[in-house]
Amino acid sequence: MSVINIKNLKKIYNDTGVPVNAVNGIDLTINEGEFTAIVGPSGSGKTTFLNMLGGLDKPTVGEIHINGTQVEKLSASKLINFRLNNIGFVFQAYNLIPVLTAKENVEFIMHLQGKPKKEREARTKELLTAVGLEDRMDSRPGKLSGGQQQRVAVARALASRPRFILADEPTANLDSKSTENLLDMMEKMNKEENITFVFSTHDARVVKKARRVITIEDGKIVSDERKN
Amino acid sequence: MFEYLKIAWRNLWRSKRRTLITVASIFLGVILCTLMASMQEGVYAKMIDNAVRFYSGYIQLQDTAYWDHKSINNTMAWSDPLYNKVKETHGVKSVTPRLESFSLMSNGDKTKGGAFIGIDPEKENAISNLSHWVKKGEYLNSNDDGILLAVNLAKYLGVGLGDTVVMISQGYHGASAAGLFPVRGILEFPSPTMNSFGAYAEISHAQQFFTANNRITSLVIMVDEYDQVNHIQRNIKSQIGDAYTVMNWEELQPELVQMIESDRGGGVIMKAILYLLIGFGILSTIIMMLSERRREMGVMIAVGMQKAKLSLILFYETILIGILGVIAGFAISIPLIYILIQNPIPLSDKIAEAYIEFGLEPIIYFDASLPVFTDQVLIVFIITLIISIYPVLNVARLKLSKALRS
Repeated sequence: MSVINIKNLKKIYNDTGVPVNAVNGIDLTINEGEFTAIVGPSGSGKTTFLNMLGGLDKPTVGEIHINGTQVEKLSASKLINFRLNNIGFVFQAYNLIPVLTAKENVEFIMHLQGKPKKEREARTKELLTAVGLEDRMDSRPGKLSGGQQQRVAVARALASRPRFILADEPTANLDSKSTENLLDMMEKMNKEENITFVFSTHDARVVKKARRVITIEDGKIVSDERKN
Repeated sequence: MFEYLKIAWRNLWRSKRRTLITVASIFLGVILCTLMASMQEGVYAKMIDNAVRFYSGYIQLQDTAYWDHKSINNTMAWSDPLYNKVKETHGVKSVTPRLESFSLMSNGDKTKGGAFIGIDPEKENAISNLSHWVKKGEYLNSNDDGILLAVNLAKYLGVGLGDTVVMISQGYHGASAAGLFPVRGILEFPSPTMNSFGAYAEISHAQQFFTANNRITSLVIMVDEYDQVNHIQRNIKSQIGDAYTVMNWEELQPELVQMIESDRGGGVIMKAILYLLIGFGILSTIIMMLSERRREMGVMIAVGMQKAKLSLILFYETILIGILGVIAGFAISIPLIYILIQNPIPLSDKIAEAYIEFGLEPIIYFDASLPVFTDQVLIVFIITLIISIYPVLNVARLKLSKALRS
């Protein structure tokens, strides 16, 4: 069953007066439970593609269907709600809210969803335990290592029970051990809870773990490889 | 809401020094403005109190022609029923009759013009506590044929207790008024203007002098509650009809009201400049805060926070800065003002002379009426409210993909 369905996606920037085709006609289907890496050289259009996929940017042309909703047609306010309830984000620089503790960062998403306090607390504990941070729940991001922050970010991304997680170079700022731990943890969640993961990455370790690797060059998919 | 308030509060302390500097600027502004307002209102209250007690009363009842043409011919007949009706009006504390006109006062080769006021010594004392200001001699008794003379006038005329002052004026309906009045007492008021004001005589002798038997220029009325003046004025008017003019102290002393208003206007300009500077201080803090947190705001929207909720957090931050500044300011200014109310500041030397020259008491009084404090709260709240528009607009215009790249 497909979670993401993309048709003829294009993004043309015209900031300097010269049109630049950052994404130039992508058609793609991603099924539920896939563990997909999107790779490509810098400037290939990966981030632009991922931004559109996450509803953070609007395409110039084309359609993006996520769980049956045509995302680019949603109003700004509905799009925010859609992201809240359907997509989990993991950013390269972790991007946790610095004034909130690990526990509060995870709970914050459920607070936005209007979940009751008891449910929020139980889910937060469950997620932070799953990412191995049950003893660091009350630490603020500044007191956590990069790897720990990224694990909190993963827990936050999972908090709203999204259908898929979008991760933009999640291991770029991590050392080998933290990268390994993070990938194992995400792979486990993918397998156990059937959560769909889409990464953009340069990291060979991520590519090695991915079961599907899509390569983008000059705004187009040049290869789409599935591993057994 | 509490969650957002918590985030806003913690955000404030991310840059402690910056927040403290901003709060300190509001703190200083609040202290200065509160003290300034307290001092202004204290001085005004004293001026009004002096003017009302010694001169106009809170309300006056006069003949309909008297206000436009203050002549002895436009006096009204004393009437016991009228007096009783006014006296029994709810909220009226005391009532006294006065017969007042201009007179030349002379001793030897010295002559000076001044007010010659006929009073009921007992009733007048209940209103103006006139006997308290008799510095030499005695207060008038009920059938006294002498006068009380203001100190500067006595000095000018070179008269002392027991000396006789010659009074010359125009009497009722063209009669000549001339008389000799022994000085019973010398009055020394706190207000320098009052010290050159004139002379007081017992009312029946004043009526005799002006050939205005049983006539008065006004009934002077004091009230229990200052803020009930207009209400009592309306009540008296409705009881006595159009036969008399009933005026309140603001109508009776438009110059005083105007002076206070223009002085208050000057204070408003000073406060406006001060608060404008404070406002720019807060705005610069907010601008810095926004530029530092652009990416963070982008992330919050990306993960599902509505822009309105993000704006609410930034609004809380702005308001919290204002609240902290006001609380800190009041923590110092309230006790300080209460100390100053108990201990008004006497002026000395040249400043005191300048005050006396302007007819003001050379003492700075302070006031702790509610608007002295509520005005500052209101102003800081309005400033922060206006400033909070900026982050709201900023968030509304935030481009998500750009903010995440910043």
